[in-house]
Amino acid sequence: MNNSDANLLAIAQDWVRGGRKVALATVIETWGSAPQPVGSQLVIDADGNFEGSVSGGCVEGAVVTEAQDAIETGEGRVLAFGVADETAWEVGLACGGKIRVYVEPVIGA
Amino acid sequence: MDVAVLDTLAKARADRLPVAVVTEISSGAQEVVAHRYAGEHVLAEALENGFRFDKSGVVSTDKGEFFIHIHNPALRLVIIGAVHIAQALVPMARSAGYDITVIDPRGAFATEDRFPDVTLCADWPDEVLPTVGLDARTGFLALTHDPKVDDPALIAALQSECFYIGALGSRRTQALRAERMKQAGVNPSRICGPVGLDIGARGAPEIAISIMAEMTKALRLGVEK
Repeated sequence: MNNSDANLLAIAQDWVRGGRKVALATVIETWGSAPQPVGSQLVIDADGNFEGSVSGGCVEGAVVTEAQDAIETGEGRVLAFGVADETAWEVGLACGGKIRVYVEPVIGA
Repeated sequence: MDVAVLDTLAKARADRLPVAVVTEISSGAQEVVAHRYAGEHVLAEALENGFRFDKSGVVSTDKGEFFIHIHNPALRLVIIGAVHIAQALVPMARSAGYDITVIDPRGAFATEDRFPDVTLCADWPDEVLPTVGLDARTGFLALTHDPKVDDPALIAALQSECFYIGALGSRRTQALRAERMKQAGVNPSRICGPVGLDIGARGAPEIAISIMAEMTKALRLGVEK
């Protein structure tokens, strides 16, 4: 099975139906040599389980933490990662690219 | 995202309908826009471009930033001929996100042992293809070498919107085939053949790589003619 967008949305649907609290993270912009194209997604649950990819492994950890917070507070947010960003040293993109990621809780479960 | 949006997207995928999710980034407000209504939307131009090039992205307007997430129907690959090259091609195409249908009227070829986890039809292509439906998100390959099997399928493909049409065979085979297509009243110029990018491929797995490369190029950059 591959992790295409549609598959990930199906996973999100399954998780929601299974009673889990879920957030979605979506790459909305990229600059330079970002590894995953715009539209790539990560599905995250409240326990930090996740499927998919927004960067090929570089920033997923940070995104998962923000997603768990989004699930708790019900608030979406935009995250930016890249070499120009201060957090780049901690969770940056080794490839030198920059990405923006939109994190949103799935509501109405 | 409201869970209702997830349900709408699942239905659109099942029905092979192109839709987009438009998100106002500041508020998180979302709507699902069907391609057929994109022209009436305030972001019509960005939506139309997104659907055409299968490209999601952020649009900045005087009302703020919007993320347009394009959900085109899943890519699909229809292969005529349950042959060795098809066996090599299936796992590659699957990992690139294609739903795969293999059609071969020869029962000895079209077996589940040889093709696990694909939609397999042991019928004549001209009988099956009308139900499969060849749309703009479908790639098509004729691999049997047998005009009885390949030709009717190629005619159907040439009359469809599918984004890529490849056919196995030497230059001589292609020329003869093109003649038969013309006699049948269809223009053969969209057929890519000899099939695959010229990378000096040897053997089925390498030929499969060259075909995947050519099909990807057609999908992302269009077919040069």
